[in-house]
Amino acid sequence: MAQQLCMNQSQCRTGQYIALLALGGLVVLGAMYAFFTLEHHGHVLTGMNNQIVWGLPHVFAVFLIVAASGALNVASIGSVFGKQVYKSRAPLSGMLALALLAGGLAVLVLDLGRPDRLIVAMTHYNFKSIFAWNMIFYNGFFVIVGLYLVTLMDRRLKGWTKPLGYTAFFWRLSLTTATGSIFGFLVARAGYNSALMAPMFVIMSFAYGLAVFMVVQSGMYRWNGITLDDGVRRRMKNLLAVFVGASLYFTVVFHLTNLYFAKQWEFERFILLDGGIYTTVFWVGQIFLGGILPLILLFLPRSKDAQKMCFCFLAPLLVILGGFAQMYVTIVGGQAFPLPLFPGHEVQSSFYDGVVNSYQPSVYEWLLAMGGVGVTFLLTVIAVRVFKFMPQDDFKTLQSRRGTD
Amino acid sequence: MSESMNSKPEGRREFLKTSAVVAGVTLGPGVLFYGVAQSRAPEEGASSANRWGMLIDTTKCGDGCDDCVTACNTENGLSGHTGPQDSQWIRKVDIKDLRTGYVQSLPMMCQHCENAPCVDVCPTGASMKREDGIVLVDRHSCIGCRYCMMACPYKARSFVHEPLTDQNPEVPRGKGCVESCTFCVQRVDRGEQPACVEACEAKGHKAMIFGDLRDPESEVSKVLKSTDSVEVRADLALNTGVRYQGI
Ligand code: SF4
Ligand code: SF4
Repeated sequence: MAQQLCMNQSQCRTGQYIALLALGGLVVLGAMYAFFTLEHHGHVLTGMNNQIVWGLPHVFAVFLIVAASGALNVASIGSVFGKQVYKSRAPLSGMLALALLAGGLAVLVLDLGRPDRLIVAMTHYNFKSIFAWNMIFYNGFFVIVGLYLVTLMDRRLKGWTKPLGYTAFFWRLSLTTATGSIFGFLVARAGYNSALMAPMFVIMSFAYGLAVFMVVQSGMYRWNGITLDDGVRRRMKNLLAVFVGASLYFTVVFHLTNLYFAKQWEFERFILLDGGIYTTVFWVGQIFLGGILPLILLFLPRSKDAQKMCFCFLAPLLVILGGFAQMYVTIVGGQAFPLPLFPGHEVQSSFYDGVVNSYQPSVYEWLLAMGGVGVTFLLTVIAVRVFKFMPQDDFKTLQSRRGTD
Repeated sequence: MSESMNSKPEGRREFLKTSAVVAGVTLGPGVLFYGVAQSRAPEEGASSANRWGMLIDTTKCGDGCDDCVTACNTENGLSGHTGPQDSQWIRKVDIKDLRTGYVQSLPMMCQHCENAPCVDVCPTGASMKREDGIVLVDRHSCIGCRYCMMACPYKARSFVHEPLTDQNPEVPRGKGCVESCTFCVQRVDRGEQPACVEACEAKGHKAMIFGDLRDPESEVSKVLKSTDSVEVRADLALNTGVRYQGI
């Protein structure tokens, strides 16, 4: 058995592998503990309240879901745009997409007030609700990407790869648009009322998904003691830089257009200038650590060895960190800012009207949120060991044969 | 689905007959009902012939008075606590005009929007609007996702953070579900007024008038016709059932 499991690994390292599994398992167990505790005592044990109704679990869940769609990008570039380097990475990309989505959805479901009624959510659809549409998109994503993976792994089904690849491509674009629209539809809240929300989520998903892919990929290469081909690395590095740059660009446009509308000034002031933790997380987390620093790392000329580290691991890791920061600012920051009930008035009430709402996530929220990452990690670790997800390519020979691609 | 959520637009003639009777009657000791001319017998479903609504005159609303809030808590079995995780179906909001310094106090609750954002976003259809315009949460299909709370422009909704005890059997509530003002649907279905309106009346302020907006003869319709009133956040075009006068 062990022999079989190690089939596509250059070294078995079973002990360390089990340690990895245990680590992932522990995190997931922590989430289950939090879940059952909350199920029993209610959300009173969380830092969430009637003002901040979506907290840390949602930050993680939405990040994972958005990254899931982006992780599929690598496969799409391979199937839809026919790039060989990406084609050979399609299975890994598809698998990661599924693992990320599973992790994100797990948190979302475990955080529900009535998770026992999940079946209601699955059988009663209000088609006016973008949330309901999201559920349809998520379920469809599992099916389509699952089938796509099967065609990639079974040579007899090769003919289906392309049509399914296309379907997956358009499906995931819709999925991320729909996820972004969850916020875009909240017209009453100053922080979300923008048509740019959905396209911005799509661009960000490209960056986050590719970043996760690159981190996992370099992890796998390291584990197996292989070095990633320089050409492949350069391509991915450039692609990540484009996505990170585009995300930054969209963020700037988003805030500039908000500044254009006088009624959004207060909110912009809050996020950009005097929103305390949210302002800090925005500038330090989202913009600097998640945007500018990775770009510098990606483009800074360095010695060969240092480059390896920066390109494939550190830069995408920072992008992921920036992604969490962005979600925190968007989701929690957007709620912390008071709802504009009576514009032009100072408002006060027992229900915290007119005040900046505070939020302090409790340990249970952390456990739940990390559980999503744990699920993704565990699924990935198992999948890469059991199936052939290691990218198989010989970039140089391809390059010389096809000139360029 | 609970009884009150069924909607039976048919049987209007029967219902008009009942209404006529109800209209002429004083129900309960010393309580005269305004604008219930078109109310209906409890066994009938909500009808689109009615649209329940309210007009709040902020100039009559007492500064520091919160009798409406207390009455709501008692009627609906709320604790009355005001921590960040406690439910508040109705609250007193103090507003001060930043330019003129003019201070007002007013009650704020679910505005029973015609184009209710909470109903639109709810994935399961638990947030629903009855034929007569009352917006409710179906306790049995709410999954507690809180999307409706994100969508409501008036912060009208609360999430039940803790297990509940000592509940009013007429007002089903439950941990893990979202809830909000129901216009005291259990009372309205009996032909009575919401608890807050009754309390305001009893205190002698009479800042709240409840009734059928579709009935031109109801008091609320008449006052609305003769005075200027506004919706809060009118820019969102939700056609709220609750309107304000004096702001
Ligand atoms: S006020 Fe809020 S809860 Fe009430 S109907 Fe409108 S959106 Fe829904
Ligand atoms: S919390 Fe309940 S009522 Fe609100 S949107 Fe979710 S399912 Fe609907």
